[in-house]
Amino acid sequence: MSEYLLEMRNINKSFPGVKALQNVDFQLKSGEVHALLGENGAGKSTLIKVLGGIYNAEQGEIFINGSQVTIKNVSDARSNGISIIHQELVLVPHMTVAENIFLGREISGKFGIEGNKMRRESQKMLDRFDLGIDAGELVGNLSIAQQQMVEIVKAISFNCKILVMDEPTSSISDREVKALFDIMRNLTAQGVGIIYISHKMSELNEVCDRVTVLRDGTYVGTRVVKETPREELIHMMVGRELSSYYVRDHVENTETILKCEHIDDNRKTKKRVNDVSFEIHKGEIVGFAGLVGAGRSETMECIFGLTPNFTGDIILDGQKLNIKTPVDAMNAGIAMVPEDRKLDGLYLVQSVSFNSTIEVLREFIKNLRVNHNREREITQEFIDKMHTKTPSLEQTVGNLSGGNQQKVMIGRWLATNPKILILDEPTRGVDVGAKVEIYEIMNDLTKQGVSIIMISSELPEIINMSDRVYVMYEGRLTGCINWQNLSQEAIMKLATQEN
Amino acid sequence: MRAIKKYLIDNLGIICALAGMILFLYLWPATHATFLTQTNIFNVLRQSSTNLMLACGMTMVIILGGIDLSVGSIIAMSGVLGAATVVWGGMPEILGILVALLSGLIFGLFNGLVIALTSIPPFIVTLASMNIAKGIAYVYSGGRPIRCMTNAWKFLGAGYVGSIPTPVITMTIVFVAAILILNRTRTGRHIYAVGGNNTAAKFSGINTAKVKFFVYSFSGLMAGLAGITIASRLYSGTCTSGDGAEMDAIAAVVVGGTSMAGGSGKLGGTLIGVLIIGILNNGLNLMGVNSDWQYIIKGAVILLAVYVDFLRSTKKAK
Repeated sequence: MSEYLLEMRNINKSFPGVKALQNVDFQLKSGEVHALLGENGAGKSTLIKVLGGIYNAEQGEIFINGSQVTIKNVSDARSNGISIIHQELVLVPHMTVAENIFLGREISGKFGIEGNKMRRESQKMLDRFDLGIDAGELVGNLSIAQQQMVEIVKAISFNCKILVMDEPTSSISDREVKALFDIMRNLTAQGVGIIYISHKMSELNEVCDRVTVLRDGTYVGTRVVKETPREELIHMMVGRELSSYYVRDHVENTETILKCEHIDDNRKTKKRVNDVSFEIHKGEIVGFAGLVGAGRSETMECIFGLTPNFTGDIILDGQKLNIKTPVDAMNAGIAMVPEDRKLDGLYLVQSVSFNSTIEVLREFIKNLRVNHNREREITQEFIDKMHTKTPSLEQTVGNLSGGNQQKVMIGRWLATNPKILILDEPTRGVDVGAKVEIYEIMNDLTKQGVSIIMISSELPEIINMSDRVYVMYEGRLTGCINWQNLSQEAIMKLATQEN
Repeated sequence: MRAIKKYLIDNLGIICALAGMILFLYLWPATHATFLTQTNIFNVLRQSSTNLMLACGMTMVIILGGIDLSVGSIIAMSGVLGAATVVWGGMPEILGILVALLSGLIFGLFNGLVIALTSIPPFIVTLASMNIAKGIAYVYSGGRPIRCMTNAWKFLGAGYVGSIPTPVITMTIVFVAAILILNRTRTGRHIYAVGGNNTAAKFSGINTAKVKFFVYSFSGLMAGLAGITIASRLYSGTCTSGDGAEMDAIAAVVVGGTSMAGGSGKLGGTLIGVLIIGILNNGLNLMGVNSDWQYIIKGAVILLAVYVDFLRSTKKAK
């Protein structure tokens, strides 16, 4: 028996024009959670895809339990006990949990598919982790977190020894993260090795044993998580000293620019905004904290004109606004970068240029004339301002990394010259380097007089970037905290209303 | 110059297919003498003209992420209504043309209204209006062709301006107008935006309902125009004309490289798609291929063209 459950040696893989992996080594022990860290484009996904048989490496060897294996395709990977849970869920929403778990290898007997048997088997597996999910439920009816659990159960049902999880916590709430970590510990206790990819540094300490860092397709190093300070890991990832992680020059007692009073969504069912009043000062970053579903995004949707029947007063610069549609909000100087950039924000099949200028077409399309030079100028201006990394203005946005997609999104809204910029989860799925850049940009913007409303579920981000924080709980504002008094405990107390 | 180069590269597959077909028909002994004559070229263009009109509207509809099944039936209906206005109503021809266009536009407006204001899928909405339009054509004409033989009536579909057939001129105007709308107006960009990501478009402050309304109306108007053109060419409004025309238009758009998923596509590709289908029909006729077989060959060619394009795009993605 070898020391390592999995060993990858000297892996090389290149794509036209890019060396995606160069002599990368990786070792996984049985029963450990091993984090794979690196900025987007560092080669994490490529390495995982080589392991999973989606890509074939040009060079390199893979050993499992000390014996060499060849992984040419997905079924090779599977028969070697490797399961991958991808970032995007790949369940069929219109099928039941059991049907999803047995998708592609349905149990069939003499009389066709044996639905009941599949259901019983699935339920047994689900109960092993005490998940409280019914195997007969349609997947579409489950929460994202529950779907994630189903993915994991599905992966384990292949009798996997090596489980890869690609950013599993990017779309679930803190409480659900805890349940996920419990399952992971349960698995490692059974000898499974887990490779864990995440951008959230805070999760490393909680759940990971060792960490391997990749940068620009090369192996940087492997450390034991408990013995390594966070700064060192960040340094390993970005390859340069970051002056500081969070950049914020706090402001205080500036004039009020936006005042929202008694905002209410007037929904009969699923009411999420209940008499919310707050104000924003010039050049401030105001955080909105709360649990998932507390009504933060919904409040902003009212202000941005996406909720038709809302009531309440919105007063910007002393003038009362009548906002019925997003166009009204934009004309008044309010911009909003939505939470889910892929779903609500970007045109993934279109170019960077198309995505950057869709709000400001007026500036270069007039009387059947398209001024392409002006279009390029605008695009370039915001690429420069946001430090977006893209090979060309015509690059398809879907092919950019998460951080760069987010920069394109923010840049698009800056093109409208907003007074109030609403950012909903601005750094979700964004790597560390780009995160710091986004913080810097936010700080710069406030210096130019823009006020920023930031909704975020990452408490460290809220605590370190905000001048003031409003906390919401079940559609109501439960408090406001100044930056001097911010702490995780203070926020969580207001966010859960537990004493 | 750069634009032309980009156009050639983007559409390399289908341009090769088109060139291959032309070369084959030119070299094939049975069609060598007739294929590249002026008469036959105009013949191809005349036959393709109505398909291009429909395909212009259909390209926008498909970029928008929708589908318009009603255009074929609108052809029959508008032809019948136009001819009836002239023959039975004793009105001048120009009024018949206007009635035809208007009836197409009204159906387009109706499709657009329902699709913009409800969440009923376009497939269902236009399936319904397809049946309604067809029904109107049958009810109004009693199932018989309404014959109209005046010279003014024949002008739009069977006439000439100089030596160029009128529908070729109409088709050119329509094509240029559609290109201008799609590439040079804000509405054009908005069509790509709504088709690419409806929610994002809403967040961008785009009035998505208005965009949908416009596109389906345009498609309806194009069907009305195609309807009156065909009725003019056949000297009659007939309730069987335009049968299956929606499928030829969809085929041309898809062969032209527009994705059925919406959000991307170009009219330049659609033009080549229309020509491929037009030349295919013409070539098979010239070669004397039995019309039953023509369907099978046409289907195979469409599949092949799209498959080649698929190969190219997956290669590019890697």
